[in-house]
Amino acid sequence: MASDTLSVTAATTMPDAPEPGAAPRAPKPPKRPRGATTFVNGDRVSRVGMVITTAALLIPTAYFLVPVLWLVVASTKSTGDLFSTPGFAFADFHLWDNLVELSTYDDGIYWRWAFNSVIYSVIGSALTAFVCALTGYALAVYRFRGRNVLIGIVLGSMLIPGTVIAQPTYVLLVNLGLNNTYWGILLPALVFPFGVLLSFIYAQSSVPIELIEAARLDGAGEFRIFAGMGLRLMSTGLVTVLLFAFLGSWNSYLLPLLVLTDQELMPLTVGLTGWSQASITIPGLQVLTVVGSLVSVIPIAIVFLSLQRYWKSGLTAGGVRG
Amino acid sequence: MTAVTARPTASRRRFNGAGKPWVPYLFVAPFVLLFLVFLVSPIIVAVWNSLFSQQSSGLGFGGTTTAFVGLDNFARALSDQDFLVSFGRVALYGLVQVPVMMFIAATLALLFDSALVRGRRFFQFAAFLPYAVPGVIAALLWGFLYQPSVSPLIQALSSIGVDANLLAPGTVLWSIANVSIWSYTGINMIIMFAALQAIPREIYEAARIDGASDLRIAVGIKLPMIAPAVLLTTLSSIIGTLQLFNEPQVLKNVTANISSDYTPNMAIYAASTLGKDPNLASAMAVILGVATLIVSVIVLRLNNRTTKRASDGL
Repeated sequence: MASDTLSVTAATTMPDAPEPGAAPRAPKPPKRPRGATTFVNGDRVSRVGMVITTAALLIPTAYFLVPVLWLVVASTKSTGDLFSTPGFAFADFHLWDNLVELSTYDDGIYWRWAFNSVIYSVIGSALTAFVCALTGYALAVYRFRGRNVLIGIVLGSMLIPGTVIAQPTYVLLVNLGLNNTYWGILLPALVFPFGVLLSFIYAQSSVPIELIEAARLDGAGEFRIFAGMGLRLMSTGLVTVLLFAFLGSWNSYLLPLLVLTDQELMPLTVGLTGWSQASITIPGLQVLTVVGSLVSVIPIAIVFLSLQRYWKSGLTAGGVRG
Repeated sequence: MTAVTARPTASRRRFNGAGKPWVPYLFVAPFVLLFLVFLVSPIIVAVWNSLFSQQSSGLGFGGTTTAFVGLDNFARALSDQDFLVSFGRVALYGLVQVPVMMFIAATLALLFDSALVRGRRFFQFAAFLPYAVPGVIAALLWGFLYQPSVSPLIQALSSIGVDANLLAPGTVLWSIANVSIWSYTGINMIIMFAALQAIPREIYEAARIDGASDLRIAVGIKLPMIAPAVLLTTLSSIIGTLQLFNEPQVLKNVTANISSDYTPNMAIYAASTLGKDPNLASAMAVILGVATLIVSVIVLRLNNRTTKRASDGL
């Protein structure tokens, strides 16, 4: 669902926006001690209104944060305490034991899954971004027969939802003998029309044709110009493509579930849900699922939130010409 | 954000490969090839497979043969009561989940865009954090919060005398909706917020001079101006609803009230794995794909009309 959400929003006709996070901080009115109103960006704002609104925001904020908080607290509990102590109260601190158990259970299969997730996401997103960059660059820089058809196909195919073709893709992979292989997961993910569109938009606005002409006069080949200049000029947009491709692969569930039967090849999503299912008969797996979920969320949350600047601007810019 | 200024590139001369006309084709070849193999051919394979059926000969000793059955699989899928019910279920789900999520996202975006909120960065971070949690993990997490044995929610409710069952047959659909709302409100909020920030502030000045209140400005000016962003996030959410799989599939592990064909996508998965009838699954996938396409086209039409009206009004 996530990738669908994004793929369609690219077509919005959002005008260019200033980067939200960097919006100018509300300047505090100088020396206006206890007035009933205050000024923010030149707007008159009632103090009372501000306090009430900010207080009211605590409710949705609690809704968004509390489940994550529970995950953190639950990760520190032993199996017994998980069921016998109140959800948000810390019991005996078992986080370390849980992590050891997580690392050793089933010969450390968890880290194998984590490794697979990283392989699928890192290699997959790098290749995806490269394919998207090549295509977007060519669409922006060259005029060739079939260009408009290709643009139409890219736009149209964003409407094809990924999960609907998961089953047919699985059938195809079986026919190609690629089921239960790394390639079976990596290759289908490389088709990322939204990424092509973003790259196209970025190349259009950031690769000046004069520069290409100059490079040509210097005798550089077309591919050399792309690799040396094009990629660099498009880099901000490509970070966005990279991040969305990364997230798409990291979250991917249905296709790996269908395609992979070998435990050793599974990503975290499939592995952890397998544990959750098995925990009906093996209660110890409950805690491992909790800890495993927490460990799997932390790196992606850090990466994603720290790179917000890039993908937010990419989203906004993506809408400029969509 | 560098250099996203509107440049008159469209009218400018662009090269066709500096005397090497095959160059652009070389550049687009990987994508086109992958597109044909992993997007076009699965669709062809699905349509093709949906016209055949595996038939075991004799008493099942003679192995299976593949026979052309025409539209039989489609007839079977469409007469499958559970499959049809699953469409009704996601439709009902979408009718509630999408508006609720959009309402929360739009309200938050409007609040963040107003001058009324202090500590905006923190609040935005909080709303967005769930999006960084993969959907499957979010479902696992909420799965724990729905189970009476571990859930602090249910424990808290029962301590004040409310006996809540979040996994009961009638409520489980809304428990799934809650997971989606939790996960995707943040990203929708960010998209709408970005659109709001792009509106020139002078427009509000004029309204304010005319005596419009903040609420009036938000509903009467801001919302119509971001209508395209709102409608397109709505479209993607509707498509997401039809595709619903991860959350119910994961929550199925903690309750018996989610059947293996609870949503159309789950039915396809069940038919291709549990039922071992890939041909029927293919027919179901084709039906779901067509349904999605129809819904997309309808919403896009509505969107175009609304966008046009919004821009006419200004």
